[in-house]
Amino acid sequence: MKDVELKMLERAKALLESGEVARVIGWKKGDFCHDPSPASFESVEELDSFVYDYFCGANLSKYLIQMSKKEGKTAVFLKPCDSYSFNQLVKEHRIKRENVYVIAVECLGKLDIEKIKAKGVSFVTGVEVQDKEVKVTTPYGEEVLSKPDVVLTKCATCNKTHQVKDEEIILHERPERDVNRFEEVEKLEAMTEDERFAYWRAQLSKCIRCNACRNVCPACSCVKCVFDNPASGIAAKANDDKFEEQLFHIIRAFHVAGRCTDCGECSRVCPQNIPLHLLNRKFIKDIDGLYGEYQAGETDEGKTPLTSYTEGDAEPNDVFKGEAK
Amino acid sequence: MQRIGVFICWCGSNIAATVDVEKVAEVIKSEPGVVYSANYQYMCSENGQQLIKQAIKEHNLTGIVVGACSPRMHEATFRKAAEAAGLNPYMVEIANIREHCSWIHKDMDEATEKAVILVRTAIAKVKLNAPLTAGESPVVKRALVIGGGIAGIQAALDIADAGFEVDIVEKNATIGGRMAQIDKTFPTLDCSACILTPKMVDCAQHEKIDILSYSEVEDVKGFVGNFSVTIRRKARYVDETKCTGCKICMEKCPSKKGLNTFNMGLNTRPAIHIPFAQAIPNVAVIDAEQCIKFKTGKCGICQKFCGVGAIDYEQKDSFIERQYGAIVVATGFKPIELTAFNEYGYADNKDVITSLELERLMNAAGPTNGVLLRPSDGQHPKVITFIQCVGSRDTSGCGKPYCSKICCMYTAKHAMLIREKYPDTEVHVFYIDVRTPGKNYDEFYRRAVEQYGVDYIKGMVGKVYNENGKLMVQGSNLIDNEQITIESDLVVLAAAIEPEPSVRKIATLLTASIDTNNFLTESHAKLRPVESPTAGVYLAGVCQGPKDIPETVSQASACAAKVIGLLAKDKLKTNPCVATPDETMCNGCSQCANVCAYGAITYVEKEFRLGGGKTEIRRVASVNPAVCQGCGACTVTCPSGAMDLKGFSSKQIMSEVDAICKK
Repeated sequence: MKDVELKMLERAKALLESGEVARVIGWKKGDFCHDPSPASFESVEELDSFVYDYFCGANLSKYLIQMSKKEGKTAVFLKPCDSYSFNQLVKEHRIKRENVYVIAVECLGKLDIEKIKAKGVSFVTGVEVQDKEVKVTTPYGEEVLSKPDVVLTKCATCNKTHQVKDEEIILHERPERDVNRFEEVEKLEAMTEDERFAYWRAQLSKCIRCNACRNVCPACSCVKCVFDNPASGIAAKANDDKFEEQLFHIIRAFHVAGRCTDCGECSRVCPQNIPLHLLNRKFIKDIDGLYGEYQAGETDEGKTPLTSYTEGDAEPNDVFKGEAK
Repeated sequence: MQRIGVFICWCGSNIAATVDVEKVAEVIKSEPGVVYSANYQYMCSENGQQLIKQAIKEHNLTGIVVGACSPRMHEATFRKAAEAAGLNPYMVEIANIREHCSWIHKDMDEATEKAVILVRTAIAKVKLNAPLTAGESPVVKRALVIGGGIAGIQAALDIADAGFEVDIVEKNATIGGRMAQIDKTFPTLDCSACILTPKMVDCAQHEKIDILSYSEVEDVKGFVGNFSVTIRRKARYVDETKCTGCKICMEKCPSKKGLNTFNMGLNTRPAIHIPFAQAIPNVAVIDAEQCIKFKTGKCGICQKFCGVGAIDYEQKDSFIERQYGAIVVATGFKPIELTAFNEYGYADNKDVITSLELERLMNAAGPTNGVLLRPSDGQHPKVITFIQCVGSRDTSGCGKPYCSKICCMYTAKHAMLIREKYPDTEVHVFYIDVRTPGKNYDEFYRRAVEQYGVDYIKGMVGKVYNENGKLMVQGSNLIDNEQITIESDLVVLAAAIEPEPSVRKIATLLTASIDTNNFLTESHAKLRPVESPTAGVYLAGVCQGPKDIPETVSQASACAAKVIGLLAKDKLKTNPCVATPDETMCNGCSQCANVCAYGAITYVEKEFRLGGGKTEIRRVASVNPAVCQGCGACTVTCPSGAMDLKGFSSKQIMSEVDAICKK
């Protein structure tokens, strides 16, 4: 990982020095080793705080909506999963592609500090990852954890590969993994309606409406969000129910259906640990079943199943009955 | 301050017998904003309209709600009345308390309560209505006819004779359709080709008609008066402008084993062929799946022998785009597949044939040169049994629930012709009912029975099986109440007809509605029988419902009259209920443009103020109101709710829902 970070830094410096780009979007060191945050670097000096490590899970693509409007090119480091969001935003004309310099970077799965803490390991000062093991340093000594136990939920079932074409790639092809990202969805589908209702009621009633899921979501990037628009009449409806906040998340899931790339940021940032990504995955699974396999953000052009018609499309009745073809 | 007037119609007893109209009018009086409420026997009558006009003037009404029948019936009537009284016609809302209420309820209390809710809903909407003004759009003076059978031919000829340009798009290599395959026509028994081919020639020679054979409609955009249609001209591998129809290629072609589809596959034809002698255009086509050159790369004999160099193996499908003011759909029919009817042994016995196959066997240009020989051994059949209603009026689910309408008459025709030409032949007909409404039709059928001695047996056939080379037809004779078995040489099945399957795609492209049997739906079953609910789209022939040739021709001419009426206008009034984006909320994401079936949405770059003296250039949607048809697909696709529909705004619809849900 260190060598990848060095290469990234080298490229960032070169691009800024040559003036080819006006800024670089990457991650900056936080107060602790486990809380780097997305940042824009506009000079070589600023790059002193640049970091790329196992805690850089944030998706940087959404920042490009604003950054690509600025003068001068913006360089961005995209992990494989971020590249899908990037493509989707380019497809929706939200990112000015010509103003962006993409550098695709390696990712072997990012760590979830909350999961590490849950294992009883606190005051983390550093981590080292080797294959399936995570060596965690704390003032009280070292702890070895199993990597699959402490990766971000979104990384656990990820087999995404880079989708951005004709750009710089900083090393490595990751071996394809045999994972089933729909396993959790299938469990929910197997429940009875009452069980499922109880499950979501329990989950969604934890929501504190902090809007973090919406704010981080690359698909939720409307100029004016319906929830912030009193004229839409939706803001009130999202709150108006005994089942607290259920409609906010359900309306949001509908709004991003067919466009969600399954980047998993919603669940990553949720302070209440609501598995919000499962709502989106259910849509993805249904779309796959009804209209054929489709991955949003695989390309930055072409038709999408929910906004185009083909003769082979499922009949509305099949959709209603939830029957896959 | 809104001043709403409400007018409750009795519709004679249609509404008043189930809905307490006086009570509705009384209850509604206390609705906020309602300043006038009345009920009357027939609101649509001259007096009823006068009542509305007077109330608008006397009470200074700002909007009105008419509780009456479906807006499809009288919305235009009431809008005109309002306009005459000085109110904008789009300040009128209809509460459908007939189809949506009185006709479907029995209990008066329940129906009255529901009527009140429906009227209240319309009031909620009309309060948010805004005055709208209709625009104008030009009319392209050219018509498209899809399908070159007798329906398409007749429609095209009539439209062209009125002086308008017409294109016929025909998917086969020649026009003529099913009628070209038929031998004789009932009830006059004149030769089908003899009456059809002069019309085909007329089409070819008409300076206003352009025949696009071997072509299919690929895409349709636009709207009434202004359709833009992409037509795929399939590669026929023969240059239409060079081929003289000399048929030397057909003689020389070494691959002669292709099934002759024109003859219902009863004989073979060369890979390069002209479908039949009187084909229009008289131009060859290569069946690439059969052609040796396409399969192996070697051969090229037709090219060598073609005197005019018309053969072009490199030809590719090409696309042309043309503009039309009106579209006639005349896609016709095909007999159903008989796979679900094993009991008749069609798949297993060569001598069990369909009626359309019999047409070819009896036709002078058919595989037997018009001599009736059975397909298995080429012998004259001595006993022929006809089975009616094969897949028609079938409620078992194997066939079609409807009556195919033409079978009774053509079976009588076949029976009569066979008895006339081969008097030594015994002819039996199994039937459920014989249906012969139509001028000279029953007389025709009676001639078959009385004069030609055709044996009509009322009853259905249970099965047909082969025993020692004879076809045993086992059925019941309901008149004599007995089971009978007829030893036959030939069995003819009157297979049900169904719309040509390609009509589904065309219906989708035209957003024309289609029923459960794939027949296109007319705008009104009785009063607008040749118009599709999609403006500017007209229906001719069997694509709309089973019918015979005289009916098809009448319908085609009716279509032509409608098309001529449309094309004669220079401008059409457009619907002002169009989509419009709130640019300050538009993301420019193109989702609305992706779902727009009419291509009405484009994007423009606009500068927006961000505050603090800063501005930003954003890509935003722009709707062409002359092209938008107000379907609303964009409004529900827009994630930010920036797109809205005039006259049907999200706010209006939400307020209607709220009004319905209000206790």
